[in-house]
Amino acid sequence: MNDNITKTIKNKFPIFNKHINGKKLHYLDNAAITHVPKTVVDSLLYFYCNINSNVHRGAYHLSEIATEKYEATRHKISHFIKSTDEKQCVFVKNTTEGINLVAFSYLKSILKEGDNIVISQMEHHSNIVPWYLLSKEMNIHLKIIPLLKSGDLDYKSIKNIINHKTKLISITHISNSLGTINNLKYIINIAHSKNIPVLIDGAQSMLHSTINVTTLDCDFFCFSSHKMYGPNGVGVLYAKKKYLTTMRPYQGGGEMIKHVSFSNVIWNDIPYKFEAGTPSIANIIAFGEAIDFLNSIDLDALFTYKKQLLHYMLNRLNEIKDLIIIGKPNVRTSIVSFIIKNIHAHDLGTIADHYGVSIRTGHHCSIPVMDFYGVAATARASLAFYNTTNDIDMLITALLHAKNIFSLK
Amino acid sequence: MIELYKDLIIDHGLNPRNKYIMKNFTHHSKGFNHFCGDAFDIYLNISNNIITNISFNGTGCAISIASSSLMTIYLKDKHTKNIYEAFNYFQNLIKNNIIKQDKFDNFNLLANVRKFPSRIKCATLPWHITINSLK
Repeated sequence: MNDNITKTIKNKFPIFNKHINGKKLHYLDNAAITHVPKTVVDSLLYFYCNINSNVHRGAYHLSEIATEKYEATRHKISHFIKSTDEKQCVFVKNTTEGINLVAFSYLKSILKEGDNIVISQMEHHSNIVPWYLLSKEMNIHLKIIPLLKSGDLDYKSIKNIINHKTKLISITHISNSLGTINNLKYIINIAHSKNIPVLIDGAQSMLHSTINVTTLDCDFFCFSSHKMYGPNGVGVLYAKKKYLTTMRPYQGGGEMIKHVSFSNVIWNDIPYKFEAGTPSIANIIAFGEAIDFLNSIDLDALFTYKKQLLHYMLNRLNEIKDLIIIGKPNVRTSIVSFIIKNIHAHDLGTIADHYGVSIRTGHHCSIPVMDFYGVAATARASLAFYNTTNDIDMLITALLHAKNIFSLK
Repeated sequence: MIELYKDLIIDHGLNPRNKYIMKNFTHHSKGFNHFCGDAFDIYLNISNNIITNISFNGTGCAISIASSSLMTIYLKDKHTKNIYEAFNYFQNLIKNNIIKQDKFDNFNLLANVRKFPSRIKCATLPWHITINSLK
């Protein structure tokens, strides 16, 4: 396949000048973190050299510039996900914090004993543990939409799982371990027909598609900058205004109040009510640069390219005898978990690293998925649009070498 | 060429010795590597402070299985105080690269784990479980 489309893109990412073990970097762990273009790095440097000051505080030049750029990122994000109002975008530190915020600021205050929350068997721990904590504290049930062996959700079961006591469905858009793309529209339609709000764990979404929260009609959508070519330490909770206005604050502190006395506090307006304390200003401004970068490239063409690259990777992996790909979902993206018989995933990871190939090995913070397939750990390769066929060829070379090492006896 | 995977490590990783569930044991402990989900059981039969039998069972990578295999071979028929002595040697070997060519010769093959920080836990896990079983 022709990967010319990605060559100019790859040059924009300084990390690819780096060598690992004397080899070029073949980075295939994009589901964990994506690399950042130079414009994002430059933004961070520029901030600390020229702007460094707090937001929404000072009546002086630097603080005004910082505030303007900080709010500009909110505007860019809102536009990027097609939110109808940028006040619906709350800055958090990552997807995990977004989910926790909804659990404790929204759901906790409306739960009654015997209620339930519905999640699925393919969730990342960050979309399990906050609900588990809440279920123990509030004496409510955690109900699970099961997985099928294919790696798809058992959609037929959903109607029987939800009931009048279901207070939220919280579900991932894309499985971080299997690459399954879930049919969100189907789930949201069922949920809304019963007046149940839906939270989407969108941690993996932006790497693989564009998102329109308005047409999707989700009630909450959480995502992270570090999985969409931005800096780490920043995430966004999108929530419909009707929820944000009635939700209680998540944390108390500066910024999130209008007035404080020892007997009364008046909360700030949304979204500031949920942004207590000094936020990650430099990173949020640099996140805005990442959005500019995504707006400056032909994303649709690159998503198409990445689909072709996925097929190339699946074909090449299938060439390896004794390699088993975990899950074969109907609609999938370029996150592929696999095992090789008699070779532990960690050994594969170490040997791949020797070739400059970075893959994730382990349970991928999805132990229920590992248990479902009866494996302790898998190797996982996940693509971004700066990857090439050469990255995949090097992975295959490393895997074949691993097989060779482990066939000595 | 990959210095971690020497032939003996592969041999013990693929064909571990003393890997079975012991029926009559006096000491047992279970341990996990939360990083990767690996889990091992260690079984000891100790009589008058002598380890008359030792085995392990579980799932793990070549490094943790080879380390378990080499550890059980070494500790069999030893006095329990040798466990601490050998573990100290092993930790020094892996964390500080202090190698003495002596009775712990087979352990020295695991010294290169030191160069792979994310794998050190794999090598030390069976030792931690064994020491836990004595508590």
